[in-house]
Amino acid sequence: MKAPVSWIREYVDLPEQVTADELAATLTMLGLKLEALITPADAITGPLVVGRVLTIEKEPQKNGKVINWCTVDVGDANGTGEPQGIICGAHNFVEGDLVVVCLPGAVLPGNFEISARKTYGHISAGMICSSRELGLGEDHDGIIVLPADAGAPGDGQPAEPVQPGDDAFAVLDMFDSVIEFEINPDRAYALSLRGIAREAGIGFDVPFRDPADRDVPAANGDGHPVVVDDAGGCPVFVARSVTGFDPTAPTPDWMVKRLTAAGMRPISLGVDITNYVMLELGQPIHGYDRAKLTGAIRVRRATEGERLTTLDGQKRKLSPGPSGDLLITDDSGPIGIAGTMGGETTELSETTTDVVIEAAHFDAVSIFRTERRHKLPSEASKRFERGVDPELPAAAADRVVELMVELGGATADAGVTVVGEAPARRTVTAATDLPARVTGMEISAETAVANLEKVGCAVAVDGESLTATVPPWRPDMSDPFDLVEEVARIVGYDMVPSVLPPAPSGRGLPLAQKLRRRVGLVLAGAGWTETISYPFVGDSDWANLGLPADDERRRTIRMANPLNAEEPQLATSLLPGVLRSLGLNVGRGNADTSLFETGLVFLPTGDEKAPILGVDRRPTDEEWAAIEKAVPHQPQHLALAVTGQRERPGWWGEGRQGSWADAIGAVREVAEALGVQIEVSAAAVAPWHPGRCAEIRVGATVLGHAGELHPKVCKAYGVPDRSAAAEIDLDALLSLAQAVTPSPHFTSYPVAKEDVALVVDGSIPSAEVEAALREGAGDLLESVRLFDVFAGEQIGEGKKSLAFALRFRAPDRTLKEGEAGAARDAAVALAAERTGAVQRA
Amino acid sequence: MSGPNTEYDPVEVTPLRADEVEAQRDAAIAAIAAAADLEALKQVRLEHAGDRSPLALANREIGALPPQARKEAGARVGQARGLVNKALGERLAVLEAEHEERMLVEETVDVTLPTDRTVTGARHPITMMSERIADVFVAMGWEVAEGPQVEAEWLNFDALNMGADHPARTMQDTFWLEPAEAALVLRTHTSPVQARTMLTREPPIYVVCPGRVYRTDEIDATHSPVFHQVEGLVIDEGITMAHLKGSLDHFATAMFGEGITTRFRPSYFPFTEPSAEVDLVCFVCRGTGANDEGSDTCRTCRGEGWIEWGGCGVVNPRVLIACGVDPEKYTGFAFGMGIDRTLMFRHGADDMRDFFEGDVRFAQPFGIEI
Ligand SMILES: [Zn+2]
Repeated sequence: MKAPVSWIREYVDLPEQVTADELAATLTMLGLKLEALITPADAITGPLVVGRVLTIEKEPQKNGKVINWCTVDVGDANGTGEPQGIICGAHNFVEGDLVVVCLPGAVLPGNFEISARKTYGHISAGMICSSRELGLGEDHDGIIVLPADAGAPGDGQPAEPVQPGDDAFAVLDMFDSVIEFEINPDRAYALSLRGIAREAGIGFDVPFRDPADRDVPAANGDGHPVVVDDAGGCPVFVARSVTGFDPTAPTPDWMVKRLTAAGMRPISLGVDITNYVMLELGQPIHGYDRAKLTGAIRVRRATEGERLTTLDGQKRKLSPGPSGDLLITDDSGPIGIAGTMGGETTELSETTTDVVIEAAHFDAVSIFRTERRHKLPSEASKRFERGVDPELPAAAADRVVELMVELGGATADAGVTVVGEAPARRTVTAATDLPARVTGMEISAETAVANLEKVGCAVAVDGESLTATVPPWRPDMSDPFDLVEEVARIVGYDMVPSVLPPAPSGRGLPLAQKLRRRVGLVLAGAGWTETISYPFVGDSDWANLGLPADDERRRTIRMANPLNAEEPQLATSLLPGVLRSLGLNVGRGNADTSLFETGLVFLPTGDEKAPILGVDRRPTDEEWAAIEKAVPHQPQHLALAVTGQRERPGWWGEGRQGSWADAIGAVREVAEALGVQIEVSAAAVAPWHPGRCAEIRVGATVLGHAGELHPKVCKAYGVPDRSAAAEIDLDALLSLAQAVTPSPHFTSYPVAKEDVALVVDGSIPSAEVEAALREGAGDLLESVRLFDVFAGEQIGEGKKSLAFALRFRAPDRTLKEGEAGAARDAAVALAAERTGAVQRA
Repeated sequence: MSGPNTEYDPVEVTPLRADEVEAQRDAAIAAIAAAADLEALKQVRLEHAGDRSPLALANREIGALPPQARKEAGARVGQARGLVNKALGERLAVLEAEHEERMLVEETVDVTLPTDRTVTGARHPITMMSERIADVFVAMGWEVAEGPQVEAEWLNFDALNMGADHPARTMQDTFWLEPAEAALVLRTHTSPVQARTMLTREPPIYVVCPGRVYRTDEIDATHSPVFHQVEGLVIDEGITMAHLKGSLDHFATAMFGEGITTRFRPSYFPFTEPSAEVDLVCFVCRGTGANDEGSDTCRTCRGEGWIEWGGCGVVNPRVLIACGVDPEKYTGFAFGMGIDRTLMFRHGADDMRDFFEGDVRFAQPFGIEI
């Protein structure tokens, strides 16, 4: 809502010295949030003067353009009194017009300096200005042509006619600041100058004159006939009429300025008056060309199959039924969507002389639904859905009649139609000390009552409680706590003391979160960089990953309104995001990238149907269970990917390329940091290389997979072959973390080391050989570690040699001669039995 | 080896003559002094102090002397050998020191060579900011709560006093999930975690809840469909707006330093009443609105002296009722801030796209900052 300060001042006796900044700050602290404060004159340095165009010579140019060589009378503003020669490219003016001229030396918004310069074979000494060039708004027609009644200032009154050479700042009202407010849903009344001025009165403690406070004629049977079929949707409908309206009468300059400053485009006098009254009072108004109405106006819900072409030219299918669209109709059918937008057939036009004025009150919920259904937010619906003063229609209609008579030469009809009446004013009862108890401020009962009266309540005090009769423009005030806010904001939120609540005995960070932090630290310490991706994916991601049609990860939850129609699914895997990031980094020259991400994945249960429960009580256990069951399973995953080098080359030697081993190794490091020993076995799962993919388990629990990416996947994501990745269920891993680490027991008895080299078939997993050695070696074995793998001619075709270092130690004594050797032989024997291993000589 | 010979009684044995012993001694000491390195010294030791050295041989002759002469000769040779050994020891120490010194010089390396063999990783600043915030509240004894991101419509809206026809619902452009009967959304705020907390545990409740939230905003420099919030909720007996102010002032000071507090401006949220916007004293200009040079306006707060930080208020009794908390017995407060936004102004990050695009260069400078 944009409010010119001069317009606010019309209804409230603000002290002269109050600046626009102070006014905006005070209103902000009352709850009308300052969005912007603009004083157009601040952006311009003069001279900016009124000029009268004396002559225009049209000069066609080689490029096909026609420019105007003008002489302009700027009075004595140029110091000579001689006409000023100016080149102008616009064509929306004629000789004799009053225009706005920027003389050399002026600086326009954007630091645009005006000087006399040679152009098109003339010396152009200045510029004839458009609204846009002056920062006054968009003007697509060309330059500003001042209306015949142009004058200053915009106080809603006609002014002295202007003369060439007059200062144009005042003529254009450029000293009048415009405050733009963001209006919260509970302050719908502030979508009007009436509401904003009332707040200004409260803020500066000065009298407010209510522009809606006017004597209106009583209803009679002579007005335009109106039937309301749906009193719930339309509790009040006031219709007034005028005849003999001059459709060609211009909108006065002061009204044009105010509408423009408030962000509305002037259209025609009739439409401008309805918009002006809406801005002034907050009551949306609709005008109908009476000549185009057939029969009575009827307010009813849409019926099946009805359509209407609204003023924006859209043909709309209307929604039938008791909660469908509320319509304004006549004998011809629908002529408008109530409180939202009128139809084309009855709109005010350049031939309209007789006008039926609608000022009605519509149900907020009904308007809200229609607005959402048709995606049709309008100035009217914006107000109705938040709640308009239901006692306002008669005054607003009367104000429209007044202006049409005054400005459009119309005659008011005696007929006044009023259907329905405003609902009774609501009362809210609260303890007088509630404001103090809720806010922690010292607020007496007297202050509470006084502040409620300031916002328009009538207050009765009965002992410890007060009852406020809420003014009709405050439909938001319904609960005792609403009264608290009204009282508190006038006392001032800056008076709320700052007191720490009593400290509870906390339990610290939950274990899962501590562990998650550790995972991040371990990976970052090991050279992996964390990224965050959107969880939005599409079928192309699954295709890029090479997932088979029946892969579980393709079973997803879908968004009804995705931002990108190609990505309507919620990710069941972090790999699409991680691999896209990997590709992005490669594309941006970060050839050596190791990255990781943790985040939720979204796994449908197939049972997603969450009940909408009541809110007047806590859900029952059954209801709560139904909610919990309907919410999809959302475990936290960890994914990582690497491409390029994990270690850099340098004076120390070659760099080391990242590989499948780094992906598995990173998972192992994470697990070890949590005190978990993972087991690894070969697997063939997309998106991994089928010969280079590891399943990662702890016992029977499969945590995920790691390994080299399939070459096709590398290609799909634009990363080099041999890039590697891993994804595990982090929640599952965290649940296995050791809460209490058992202390080790070791002794200082000497260690006995034995190395063995075993030749096995190339297809035997080393982990199997190691497991056999471990089991065969018995209790004396302290550790076994594979330290070399070798294949070659001397080993034999299809064979490989695995070299293991075994360490033996007894907990209670020094090993006897031969004991370690015997244990080693037993280990080798079991490995031979299990895997066909042959010890190398 | 020759034993004592009683038959033979020479008056004098040449090697044991005083002048001869002295000459051998002096020769040995001179040779020791002349030994240029450890190898030469080793040779000198062999020649002048070894088993075949003149003094060693002379020592053997002592037995050949008549008993009355042995003592004097023994003392003479012993003294000479002692002096030689002492000289050897001293020279050895000197040469070893010289050798070590030379070795250390020879082993000099260029310590300015790069040592960046391994790459450096980093955690995402959003993660670290969430943790930093959680830590402030955990230190106050609060707990950290979490919840699902796909959430029941009832918890995201209805339970928070936003019924189906509440205009505030359109202010939070929601991702709805299919099918419509599922009544599921991507949570538009972290507030459903508050509702879940109230529904699953008894007051007193002191929780803070950082997390990821979703709205249908197209991404640009200051908007993202995925972003992060932190919410706080306190439900206890006798809780007032003053406790809210106290908690937020403490939070602001912990995050931005001494003297950085908050102010409230009246606002509207369906789940709180009274509601307020929270502004933070600009931690760059400390509320003056001027920049360092004093002439221009502060870029962080655009000269306002205040930075918009979040929203807050007293928990609406309607929310307490829907979540099973007795509004006659308990009051509470709630607040919420954007983590991404906090990151933007605290660290001068100016484009949200960098947060979520995955370019590792964004997170890397943050390292593993704590
Ligand atoms: Zn600042």
